[in-house]
Amino acid sequence: MTTSVLKRQKRYLFENERFLAPLLMSPAILYIIALVGFPLVLAIIYAFTDITVGDSSLDFVGFETFRRVFDDPVFWRSLRNTFFFAVVANSLVVIFATVLANVLVADFKGKWIIRFLVLLPWTTPVSLATITWLWTLDSLFSPLDWILRNLGLIEQNSYYLGKANLAMSSVIAVHTWRIVPLAAVIVMAGMAAIPNEIKDAADIDGARFWRKLFQIDIPLLAPIIAVAVLFGIILTVTDISVVFVLTRGGPTHATQVLPTWAFFKGIEGGALGQGAAIALFLFPVLVAITAVVLRLARRREIL
Amino acid sequence: MATDVFDVERERQLEHRRHRWGRITLYSLAIGAAVAAAFPFLFATLTAFKQSSDLYVKDNNPFWFNDPPTFEHVHFLLFNTNFLTFVRNTVVVGLAVVIVTLALALPMAYALARLGMRWGERLGIGIFLVYLVPPTLLFIPMSRVIANLNLQESLWSLILVYPTITIPISSWLLMGFFKGIPRDIEEQAMVDGYSRIGAVRRTVLPLMFPGIVAVVVFAFTLSAHEFIYALAFNKGSAVKTIAVGVPTELVRGDVFFWQSLQAAGLLVAVPVALLFNLFLDKFVTGFTMGAVKG
Repeated sequence: MTTSVLKRQKRYLFENERFLAPLLMSPAILYIIALVGFPLVLAIIYAFTDITVGDSSLDFVGFETFRRVFDDPVFWRSLRNTFFFAVVANSLVVIFATVLANVLVADFKGKWIIRFLVLLPWTTPVSLATITWLWTLDSLFSPLDWILRNLGLIEQNSYYLGKANLAMSSVIAVHTWRIVPLAAVIVMAGMAAIPNEIKDAADIDGARFWRKLFQIDIPLLAPIIAVAVLFGIILTVTDISVVFVLTRGGPTHATQVLPTWAFFKGIEGGALGQGAAIALFLFPVLVAITAVVLRLARRREIL
Repeated sequence: MATDVFDVERERQLEHRRHRWGRITLYSLAIGAAVAAAFPFLFATLTAFKQSSDLYVKDNNPFWFNDPPTFEHVHFLLFNTNFLTFVRNTVVVGLAVVIVTLALALPMAYALARLGMRWGERLGIGIFLVYLVPPTLLFIPMSRVIANLNLQESLWSLILVYPTITIPISSWLLMGFFKGIPRDIEEQAMVDGYSRIGAVRRTVLPLMFPGIVAVVVFAFTLSAHEFIYALAFNKGSAVKTIAVGVPTELVRGDVFFWQSLQAAGLLVAVPVALLFNLFLDKFVTGFTMGAVKG
């Protein structure tokens, strides 16, 4: 008798949305709080201590750790590079991704193989994709140099990764190359959402490709292109593997970015506090991006 | 009258020509994009099968086999390096991460899609935003947490931490798929006497199957892609994943095993890309449906 009442009560609890919703959500939320929220707080605490791998006691030193980080010109170089790479790469991404999305929505023969090849840079683990570039940009055997030499455009090899400007361009090129496919897919998803009536109306009115592009596609796609750029910026700003594999921040820190500098200082150098302080400078960028996402979300355009 | 017909005919020719130029532009753009995207991989394919005596001659045509192709370096990769260990580690970690992810993200996504209308939506966006907190920001304190849990130098460290990357995005995708299934289906089953959980298990989950498979693929590839945690937690080659193992172990000092390195990249890139292409449309639907109001 009592068991059946209990059973009914238990069943009632599971049917009750007020009880069921938190029950279903809490495992995921607790997991995230424990392993994202807690380390995030820890990152902030570390930045105000002199913690190292050898001495893991948390001695608060105020802004001393930040002062040490700021005293190193490499930090400022990394900060500048992080922004510079993100801005240049994502400007290129906007152009290429819009064109690519327009190509990929069209119907043509052999589309699947084109799609497969075009998506390769994005689906391959970044570190392995970068290795193919490491070889393509090799100082002695780069096929790009071979072509340029045989066209008579250069006498000596270019040393893509050995000269500051070329190394920076190479990093930007690899970032652009790997983000364009993702951005194109996002833009394609947005294109599918443009109502057919608008396109048909434009066709009936006799609008041609360019007119349609500038008066229909681009205005209607602007919000979704913004989303693609947000993803692109996050991927470039927070990525460590492109620079780590391609140049290790060299030549002489010319391509150093915040994530690699944080890694070299914090993990390889053992200065955990300084590493955490350096990585923390990514935070304002991400907060700004988050604010933009939320704004777009509130406008009910995409989220 | 006659001029009219002539005009129509000319208009049609013009249209025809425009169409032809449109096709030519389309194909050249498509092929151009494919070559630009795949160039390093195509070059890697050639490199992987070259003999060293051919590869390391500066003036040899790099796009041609000047000496006959060889499997020597692929063989070396498979049997003389830790490549297969890296592959096994990646698969083990990936599968474990997929299980943890589904166990936590499925209930989360269901609750977000169906229950608690008011704050469900906000929480959904909140979860999405967690995806924006990058490993790069967390890897230093996380490496201490892992050390204190005594999990460094083991795959468990990655199995524990990767779900923080996969749960937010998977919840978002699954929420989209749940929203794509009409509420009436499970409500009907509940009217027929099933409990909510029974109704979901019997009616909604089978319909969700393709979406769940897509999320499995997505979570697996995300964990195979991850670089910085794997780099920071595990230094021993027995516990490295492909993403970290290949770039750190196949380069000894200044000696690059170029052919084997390129072969390693290809052996990972091609299967992952094939898998991804199969599910691409599903991912796109999931993302867009997640954005639809419940």
